[in-house]
Amino acid sequence: MIQVLLFARLRDELGTGTVNLEIPSPARVRDVRAALCQQFPQHRALLAEGKALVAINQNLTNDEQASVSERDEVALFPPMTGG
Amino acid sequence: MTVDNWQDRIQVQTADFSVDEEYQRLCCDNAADGAVVFFVGRVRDRNQGDQVSLLELEHYPGMTEKALQGIVDDARSRWQLGRVSVVHRVGPMNIEEQIVFVGVSSPHRGNAFEAAEYIMDYLKSRAPFWKKERILDTNGELREERWVDARDSDSAALERWE
Repeated sequence: MIQVLLFARLRDELGTGTVNLEIPSPARVRDVRAALCQQFPQHRALLAEGKALVAINQNLTNDEQASVSERDEVALFPPMTGG
Repeated sequence: MTVDNWQDRIQVQTADFSVDEEYQRLCCDNAADGAVVFFVGRVRDRNQGDQVSLLELEHYPGMTEKALQGIVDDARSRWQLGRVSVVHRVGPMNIEEQIVFVGVSSPHRGNAFEAAEYIMDYLKSRAPFWKKERILDTNGELREERWVDARDSDSAALERWE
């Protein structure tokens, strides 16, 4: 199982700040994204690459092949709007 | 959470900050730096033609401080800098309130100007903050609450540093 944290609009739209994905660990980022799309098919557009950014252990990654396990802190969120 | 090492001040807080105090921190017992540049971001009353009544800032606790420290470290690797302060507020803020302070000291002004702008540019789209705004209709009544979309111009601003 892999736990995913959600922030901002993504959390509001999906209606939860934490999703537990029943997928084998370790998995690739793209598997996490696919599993989320399967669980929330109405929000596929928001979960697409570029629309939902990914952080592994609080570091941003662009690598859809990056490996994540149940021990990692995985987060998805919209593009950031600070300042 | 506060990260205070010998020269960097990274602070994420709900409370307002004092520009005077932040400026003093950059200058106090600091005879080496002849230049101090700082920027203050404030809540505007309009966005995309609509009247804004309130801005709410969300962040990713833990990652935010790490990301800000990373941006400051990158700035230090590019320019000779003295002290660096980044204070970013989260939570609800009314129009005209201060959102963010970025201050840099350096022996000479060129480095300080560039580094302050660099840190602001990266902070806008590389640190995990998200803005939600409350929009009023023409009668001053609440029309909607909406998440602010990232701007292409903010990503474009990073290109000149790459």
